[in-house]
Amino acid sequence: MRDFIRRSVKEMPPSGIRRFFNLASEMKNVLSLGVGEPDFPTPWNIREEAIYNLQQGRTVYTANAGLLSLRRELSHYVQRKYELAYDPATQILITVGGSEAIDLALRAMVENGDEVLIPEPSFVSYKPCAQMAGGVAVPVPLRAENDFKLTVEDLEPYLTDRTKILVFPFPGNPTGATMHRKDMEEICELVRERDLFVISDEIYAELTFDGRHESIAAMPGMYERTLVINGFSKAFSMTGWRLGYACGPAWLVEQMTKIHQFAIMCAPTTSQYAAIEALRNGDKAVEEMRNEYNRRRRLVVQMLRDIGLPCGDPSGAFYVFPDISGTGLSSEDFCQQLLMQKKVAVVPGDAFGACGAGHVRISYAYSTERLKEALGRMGEFVREVSANRP
Amino acid sequence: MVDSHELLEVMEKNSRISIKDLAVMLDENEEGIADQLAQLEREKIIFGYHTMINWDKARVDRVTALIEVRVTPQRGEGFDTIAQNIYRFEEVSAVYLMSGAFDLTVIVEGRTMKEVALFVAQRLAPIDQVLSTSTHFVLKRYKDHGVILEDRESDERMIVSP
Repeated sequence: MRDFIRRSVKEMPPSGIRRFFNLASEMKNVLSLGVGEPDFPTPWNIREEAIYNLQQGRTVYTANAGLLSLRRELSHYVQRKYELAYDPATQILITVGGSEAIDLALRAMVENGDEVLIPEPSFVSYKPCAQMAGGVAVPVPLRAENDFKLTVEDLEPYLTDRTKILVFPFPGNPTGATMHRKDMEEICELVRERDLFVISDEIYAELTFDGRHESIAAMPGMYERTLVINGFSKAFSMTGWRLGYACGPAWLVEQMTKIHQFAIMCAPTTSQYAAIEALRNGDKAVEEMRNEYNRRRRLVVQMLRDIGLPCGDPSGAFYVFPDISGTGLSSEDFCQQLLMQKKVAVVPGDAFGACGAGHVRISYAYSTERLKEALGRMGEFVREVSANRP
Repeated sequence: MVDSHELLEVMEKNSRISIKDLAVMLDENEEGIADQLAQLEREKIIFGYHTMINWDKARVDRVTALIEVRVTPQRGEGFDTIAQNIYRFEEVSAVYLMSGAFDLTVIVEGRTMKEVALFVAQRLAPIDQVLSTSTHFVLKRYKDHGVILEDRESDERMIVSP
């Protein structure tokens, strides 16, 4: 038989998390700090709304771009939250999670050989999606000494005549980095000068702890060259509902909608109805969850400092990304030994890009009791490793 | 000083949290937190620390009744004096002044239904200003003080995810 698999797909390595997941899932009683999703259940009013709509028999396709009522509600939402004005009819697309929006945007814009700048360490999907679209993924290493914020100096060495798109993932997974107005000014200047387009993945926008989230699309001259991607997973604790959205220039949303129409048809209908409730009556729950995450964040950062693992000042998402190189172990070895010896699971930093080596990702989407227990064990582990070093 | 609303919210959910953890989680030093808690206690904003116990599970005989009480308010005193006459009984664990069809909600605890019924008949109902009582016994507690007693939702998340 012929080999039917496309070469580029075959050569694509599976997510670095996968290998570690297989290892961890074979063990019993593992205390995990390894997940990238909230621990709060979806607020009941949102679940109840979904049940009601199922009972009403609203189980058919929606418009390709999503329910117009949801897009209208979203238009109000991004206006009041991020001062962004989008026309519900032409500039908003409801997708299957933020992930689909990333894929659609890259497929709609990237031609063979176009270069896509991807700040790393970052979410695992950008690079393979850029490659599958025929583009060249160009990792741009972020630096711990900048708290993993992106700077023009980071970008400059990677700019070429083929550079077309900048992926802008803030607040960042796995670093917890946030970008504010002052951090973005020079980058915006560069983007305009080089006529680049920005895909801004703002899925963690509501989990910003050092002030309000500011969107790069709201910066001067950026609205027309930015696609904002967001979703319901993190803010409203709705990961399994698979619902995201993209807002941007009509010329781009129109083309993305075409691909979405042929590949997906429309996002899940029940989830869309639930999302309307989330936008209308979800603010209080989001605020409570944000406050709780913030308290846990401070606790985890303090505990890591006490252990002696430098972790900067993560100010968004629900991750801390400490530097473990002082233990003499690689990220992979650190995680593997921590799992074997203490039954605690954290994720190796290089799963999020080669430059994440020497770090591990700790999620604080867990109760404080769990965090204290797991980090206590991690502290023991680090002390034992240090004691055994020659 | 930290936002006392946030401090109270955290304490309401977990009064056993240590000063040290509070200080870290609210980004304040320990002395500051201790002073602020002492102040909240002095002002009776924090007016006690209780433990939530599922007595059914402890197999201790204990019944709770919610009693709707209609009373005649007194000139110059309103409902306060009559409420006082009621809440001073040891059997009474809570008294609330209500809007609507009756005046006071009185929560009474006892070992048996009979004990509670006798309390109502012999102590509560005979009080001069009490016009009528209506006793409702609690059969099962599903949620108390914001906590679901038998929460069946468990962590279904995978061990590791991106």
